Amino acid sequence: MAATQIRILTLVVILAIWEAVAWSGLLYQDVVPSLLKIAVAFFNLFLDKETYRHFAVSAWEIGAGLTIGYILGVLFGLVAGTRRFFGAAVAPYVDGIATAPKIVFLPIVMLLVGTGMNSKLALGALSAFFPVAINMAASVRQVPPIFVRVGRSFRLSRWQMATRIYLPALRPSLITSLRLGFGLAVVGVLLAEIKLSNAGLGFLANEHYSHYRVPDLYAVLVLVFLVAVGLNSLMGKFAERR
Amino acid sequence: MKEKLAGLAGLAVLAVLLEVAVRAGWVSHLVVAPPSALPAALVRLWQEGLVAGPVGITLAQAFTATLAATAIGIPWGYLLWKKPVLGEAYTPWIGAAFAAPTVLLFPLFLVLFGRGYATTIFVGFIAAVIPITLKTKEAFAAVPKVLLDVGRSFKLPESGLVRRVAFPAAVPGIFTGLRLGLIYALVNIIGMEFLIDFGGLGRIASEMYFRFEIPGMYVAIILIVLVSWTFLAVLSRLETWLRPR
Repeated sequence: MAATQIRILTLVVILAIWEAVAWSGLLYQDVVPSLLKIAVAFFNLFLDKETYRHFAVSAWEIGAGLTIGYILGVLFGLVAGTRRFFGAAVAPYVDGIATAPKIVFLPIVMLLVGTGMNSKLALGALSAFFPVAINMAASVRQVPPIFVRVGRSFRLSRWQMATRIYLPALRPSLITSLRLGFGLAVVGVLLAEIKLSNAGLGFLANEHYSHYRVPDLYAVLVLVFLVAVGLNSLMGKFAERR
Repeated sequence: MKEKLAGLAGLAVLAVLLEVAVRAGWVSHLVVAPPSALPAALVRLWQEGLVAGPVGITLAQAFTATLAATAIGIPWGYLLWKKPVLGEAYTPWIGAAFAAPTVLLFPLFLVLFGRGYATTIFVGFIAAVIPITLKTKEAFAAVPKVLLDVGRSFKLPESGLVRRVAFPAAVPGIFTGLRLGLIYALVNIIGMEFLIDFGGLGRIASEMYFRFEIPGMYVAIILIVLVSWTFLAVLSRLETWLRPR
């Protein structure tokens, strides 16, 4: 059997088991809702004007947060990668915070910028910053020294070194960093919305959850996954073309 | 060594600056806890039983989740290597799941399992099982062919070949998966505890915020960073120690 056939078979089996559980009455109603109900809820999502508002809120928080976290992360990575001593001195702290779950910083962020949209944006920026900074610092260290020496022998200024030598050499890792940052910004923003907010797709999911509208909950999560995975693979295609 | 000292010095300077900023009233003490208030807050948290117990609860969940993920992930990864057609069929899916924001599915787990340890441990399990499966497969795939050929030339049966040759050679690679799995499980479980106000360390951070105990909140968050970092450091050490030189 070929791989494709195995995949199709697996999907069919999973969906069949899903439907069987949904109709069996073994679980409480709608704990595992029928696929049909989820499809209807997903369709209704697009008819509801509110969906677009929540989508726009999340998109803004993720987009702006990612932009801020990405730019700061790239700058930090450039500095930490070129200044070895500084890089080595801050590495344990950066690694430590990078490992910890970013969502627990939400209370600090909310004390600093309030509980509104800015707190989600800031958490998105914080989530994106660390993978970008670490990835960029590591890539900067791998830039061939001969490039750097060529730049020095032309007496390039620091700004010219950054824009003419490092950035072109770092193009692939700039895209990789953007993908990493994007993935984590999505998680950071939506988890923050779920925890405490009054708008956004995370808020919408939480609303459905607390009113036990399970098919609608699935629909929102499907939408989030489709958009996140879609954008991620789009960036992957973009990265391959270079 | 010099770098470490510089790092510590930087941290000390930062603490002094924060202390001055709060004392001078530039930053409200309701936003940033003055560093000098943290030791007392740690003692208070400890006396209230909000340090050792929660750390233990969180670690126990992380190990349980990783153990379950190991029990599933290693055989699964082995199978993906042993049967290339399965590997070809499922590896891209598992890779996609690795990149997907699976933690966002937690409201569904809440519906399925309720607000309890089943949910937090399941979130940790999902986070851990993906890297363990992938790394196990990669580790077996990276076993040098010459080792297997030597085994075959000694007429080892297929089962002996796996047990005596392939598995031992794959152990360091599998350990990488376990290390990633354990860290991901730990981090996701702490995040989940924070989100649903349940369990160990993550719950304390959330509770302190809602009680508006600012120094206590900072202590809880610093504890979370310390625990995550310690895990990362210890496991990385273990891994270098395990790798054949």
